[in-house]
Amino acid sequence: MIHPTLTAYLVVSALLFGLGFFGVLLRKNTLIIYLCLELMLVASMVALVAFSRFNGTLDGDVFVFFVLTIAAAEVAVGLALIVALFRRRHTVQVEELNFLKH
Amino acid sequence: MTDTFFTLFATLTVVSAALVVVHKNAVNAAMCFLLSLVGVAGLFVLLDAYLLAFVLLLVYAGAVVSLFLFIIMLLDTRPEEQKPFRLMTVAGATLGGALLLVCGSSLFARAQFSGASAVEPVGAALKPYAEQLFTTYLLPVQVVGFLLLAAMLGVVVLSRKYEKTEGAS
Repeated sequence: MIHPTLTAYLVVSALLFGLGFFGVLLRKNTLIIYLCLELMLVASMVALVAFSRFNGTLDGDVFVFFVLTIAAAEVAVGLALIVALFRRRHTVQVEELNFLKH
Repeated sequence: MTDTFFTLFATLTVVSAALVVVHKNAVNAAMCFLLSLVGVAGLFVLLDAYLLAFVLLLVYAGAVVSLFLFIIMLLDTRPEEQKPFRLMTVAGATLGGALLLVCGSSLFARAQFSGASAVEPVGAALKPYAEQLFTTYLLPVQVVGFLLLAAMLGVVVLSRKYEKTEGAS
């Protein structure tokens, strides 16, 4: 038996997503931007599990599995890219990484 | 009882997520992300998704955050100095935030979600997961396996050191 409503879970999810979104927009450190990206993924997972629980299906839960797998692969590749970038440019601040700008 | 735990975990999640965004130090931000994940795992337990809570802690808190901490300490970045925002940025952010608030509140005001809490928890047991993953979602599982292989090879290629070979005897 569960007492908090679906709306409560969705509000938590929306707050998490909003925080991650603003983190991506406002921060300058590439690593923290990446962390905030992960925060948005986690927010979508909360929404998926809540919908799945309140509708009595398993599809959302299984989808969370796939999101987790993709997120793990993404983190590995993204951090390798950041390390490669740092090796070349010796910085991870986004305003200094402008060498693709014309 | 469940309400108390929900409030606790939701507050933990949101407050530590806010700390991730505002912390100057990257190591502290990663630690706050870890705390936020603990809160999310608690929410999963309240939603009767025990396996997912366990896997979230294992994969995210165990692997992803420790990888992040490793890279943060490897790169040894200095704390950033935040420049003050321009007036245009502040005005745009305020307008966007207000619009988002209006949209969200109107959505949640007319939504009727709270009628379906009498459904039995399907995600509590392990067997339905296995059944779904090996019947309905068999092809996605194979594709994800291939993706993991591709990601692994990609990381190996990315993190190799390429030396200039011309002129070498």
